[in-house]
Amino acid sequence: MSSEPEFSPPDETHLSLGLTDDEFVRIAETLGRHPNHLELAMYSVMWSEHCSYKSSRIHLRRFPTEAPWVLVGPGEGAGVVDVGDGIAAALRIESHNHPSAIEPYQGAATGVGGILRDIFSVGARPIAVMDPLRFGPLEDARARWVAEGVVSGISGYGNSVGVPTVGGETVFDETYADNPLVNVLCLGLMPVERLVLGRAEGVGNLAVLLGSTTGRDGIGGVSVLASAGFSDEESDAEKRPSVQVGDPFEEKRLIEACLELLDRELAIGVQDLGGAGITCATSETAAKGGAGMDVAVDVVPRRQPGMEPFEVMTSESQERMLAIVTPERLDEVLDIARRWEVRATVIGTVTGSGRLRVVDASGDVLADVPAKSLEEDAPLYDRPRSAPADLEERRSDRAASLDAPGDCGPDLLALVGDTRWVWSQYDHMLFLNTVVGPGGDAAVLRLKHPTTGEDTGRGLALTTDGNHLWCAVDPRVGSAMTVAESLLNLAVVGARPVAMVNCMNFGNPEHPEVMWQFSESVDGLSEALRIFGVPCIGGNVSLYNESRGRDIDPTPIVGLLGVVDALDRVPPPVALTEGARLFLVGRTDPVLDGSRWAARRGHRGRGTLPSLDLHAVAGVAGAVRDAVNACLVAGAHDVGSGGLALTLAEMAVNGGVGATVSLIADHGELFSESGGRVLLCVAEQHATSLRSLLESSEVAHQEIGSVGGDRLSVGGLLDVTVAELADASQSWLPDALGAGTTQG
Amino acid sequence: MPPHVAVVRFPGTNCEFDVVEAVESLGGTAAVVFHDADTLVGADAVVVAGGFAHGDYLRPGAIARFSPVMAAVAEFAAEGGPVIGICNGFQVLTEAGLLPGALQKNAGLKFRCEMVSLRVETTDSALTSAADDGQIVRIPINHFEGNYTCSNETLAELRSEDRVVLRYIDNPNGSVDGIAGVCNAGRNVVGLMPHPERACHELLGSTDGRPLITSILDSGTV
Repeated sequence: MSSEPEFSPPDETHLSLGLTDDEFVRIAETLGRHPNHLELAMYSVMWSEHCSYKSSRIHLRRFPTEAPWVLVGPGEGAGVVDVGDGIAAALRIESHNHPSAIEPYQGAATGVGGILRDIFSVGARPIAVMDPLRFGPLEDARARWVAEGVVSGISGYGNSVGVPTVGGETVFDETYADNPLVNVLCLGLMPVERLVLGRAEGVGNLAVLLGSTTGRDGIGGVSVLASAGFSDEESDAEKRPSVQVGDPFEEKRLIEACLELLDRELAIGVQDLGGAGITCATSETAAKGGAGMDVAVDVVPRRQPGMEPFEVMTSESQERMLAIVTPERLDEVLDIARRWEVRATVIGTVTGSGRLRVVDASGDVLADVPAKSLEEDAPLYDRPRSAPADLEERRSDRAASLDAPGDCGPDLLALVGDTRWVWSQYDHMLFLNTVVGPGGDAAVLRLKHPTTGEDTGRGLALTTDGNHLWCAVDPRVGSAMTVAESLLNLAVVGARPVAMVNCMNFGNPEHPEVMWQFSESVDGLSEALRIFGVPCIGGNVSLYNESRGRDIDPTPIVGLLGVVDALDRVPPPVALTEGARLFLVGRTDPVLDGSRWAARRGHRGRGTLPSLDLHAVAGVAGAVRDAVNACLVAGAHDVGSGGLALTLAEMAVNGGVGATVSLIADHGELFSESGGRVLLCVAEQHATSLRSLLESSEVAHQEIGSVGGDRLSVGGLLDVTVAELADASQSWLPDALGAGTTQG
Repeated sequence: MPPHVAVVRFPGTNCEFDVVEAVESLGGTAAVVFHDADTLVGADAVVVAGGFAHGDYLRPGAIARFSPVMAAVAEFAAEGGPVIGICNGFQVLTEAGLLPGALQKNAGLKFRCEMVSLRVETTDSALTSAADDGQIVRIPINHFEGNYTCSNETLAELRSEDRVVLRYIDNPNGSVDGIAGVCNAGRNVVGLMPHPERACHELLGSTDGRPLITSILDSGTV
């Protein structure tokens, strides 16, 4: 970068705000002068990793993003697809990892709050939330404290704000010991014609700040917290004031007020205030509308006296929205706000200058920057990438060399784990849509028109999936396997995929190995999406997930939305039914590398993943979907983490009945997590039809056993009672976490 | 004319449209009434829906009882009109003094959202007239503060006057005497913690809420 000497930093203020010397010079060049302190603070939040995606943008361009039904792709508040009957679905996923590590209850609560605002900022009513969660091992007291706090926070906020939590995942593993992952996905619905985007158009229009007062909570949250790793407990405790505090009741009123503004066409656009607060909302709406904005910083309602303009402009206080309205409709807007007891203050005016200016009460201009520069001029880094130096050695260290167990029973009992303790604390039934809730492979929701309430007779299916053990072995194939699992989770409930969002949870991007993992993962996800014909409509990147210099295992989380074309009965449950026959669909590669079975023996991040034929996976998904929709299936479950053994065990426990299985050669076939497989439980009278359907679809399949009795028995490998499995599964979390939530 | 149900909505209520959907699916009509209304024009029955009225701040129902609409609800109840409080609505009715007792935090201090089994203990109430005496129904609960409590004198009165309307088969929250729902002396005001509106559709796992919602509609046409 050219650097005129007069643009060099005069002191080290920019460093303490998380900006590099080069970034300072870039700002000075944009302005043609040194930025003042307020301007520097504004750039520091907007150019943070969290807001600017400066390390990842260059890779994210490789995702396939187009399909005829995509209305809004990546880059807006939420991705939006047309799901038919005049209904648009908005989908978004975000992380709140770092705040949740520091202050679990509020970190998770505000994660839910933030994602809801993203959804209603495009005009959609949030109808469902999902929470993929990752915590440290249950044996670790701090991890238990974090897990309990996060679940309490989601329960406390999500239930109260009135959006059901219909699914998610809960995983405990040592890789997340000091750095939990709290990802939140939200689905919203709106009439297609109501789609709105956050744009400030029309000189003279007004920016109305709605919702909470602005306080000192969350100052620099995106730059101090989300864009740096953790070091030790003492300095982490000092970061606690950077975590925001949530108020679900404020959010509930804000949702109702904003949706009423949009219903009555009183707002040109609405924008949520998330990371980077007022700075982000005003500059983004202005830049997208090709306009400028003058912000009257002194009129912003404050939570405490003595706040500096930079604090007001960068605070991440929760439950705030910015609405762009015409002066003629202002009174009506204020009336609606009053009715919902939502604070409303005109804080800005749209100008034609293209500049974001912060002005105080006496008319002095405190900051004056090109609105576009805060977002569009953010640095773009192609950070160094390199595969681990010992990659070849690692890949040749195969789990096949581990000792075979004489009896697979104890291994299976160690893998089962019901998560009911978590999701029974979430309202997962509100809105009367939840046909399949948490505990299923995918949530299935009735699709009702968002304004008329009319039942379309169709459904939406939603799943989130991630597997760090696979991705630690091979981020590319592991990521593709994750999408394959999501696809099958939709297939077993009879749904076809329409859109994907992802949350990329990775370590420190300044480590070349992490950027290699990231790039490989993007390629793996993209390849699977192309073959499955699914567009990526949005995502979130969370970097710097590390503790004490150790990066987490790469953890891309996939959220997949599907459509059930005729939802006239409850899809087959994840359960066995007495007297039925068992079909394993898809081909097994009996490789144990990357499996939970191997990880329990300390073999992790090594070996070579089972072979994956994505075209074959697409074939399996299509055939299973057809079989489910033809009512040939009594029970279904994808084969994923834990392999066939865990799939059988979970279906046995849920059905309260055992099974006798044969034709499984060894523990490799039993515990391999080879992708693209589904176990189907089929009533006797449908077995022939199913077989011919699978044959005509040219999908590999094998009848492996039958259902009955009170034992799960796999010839020569495994023989346990269903009661033992149920007990191990159901006692796991309550034993570790106790009866109740006590935080918050 | 089908019976018309007024569904009360406070800021923070979130089950109001679910109740409307269930009522309409069973042949009634329904309209949401905002908390600032001072009349319940045309209502044959009133449902105070679940959620978190006024954020449940201070104590569930403690602020809602002061909303203007509650004076109209009290008047409607005093005239014998059927008033049903579901979940948070039950909490509001106890705070408003329309029903005895109170709802405290669940034993175990944990929010619980799950299907439970209930026994219909009396069919002489605005909520259960269309159900069978002793009938077991499966209906979801969804609450943190559903642990019913009252004085010994009140409990004795509720029992002797047959005013325990619903009991849990397996008490999920520590409620005294397993109480899931009670009615007033006039039997026209009923509160219950479970959500019958969540059990009225084949795809939602139970249709056992239908006799209860139907009772509300029937009671409004008497």
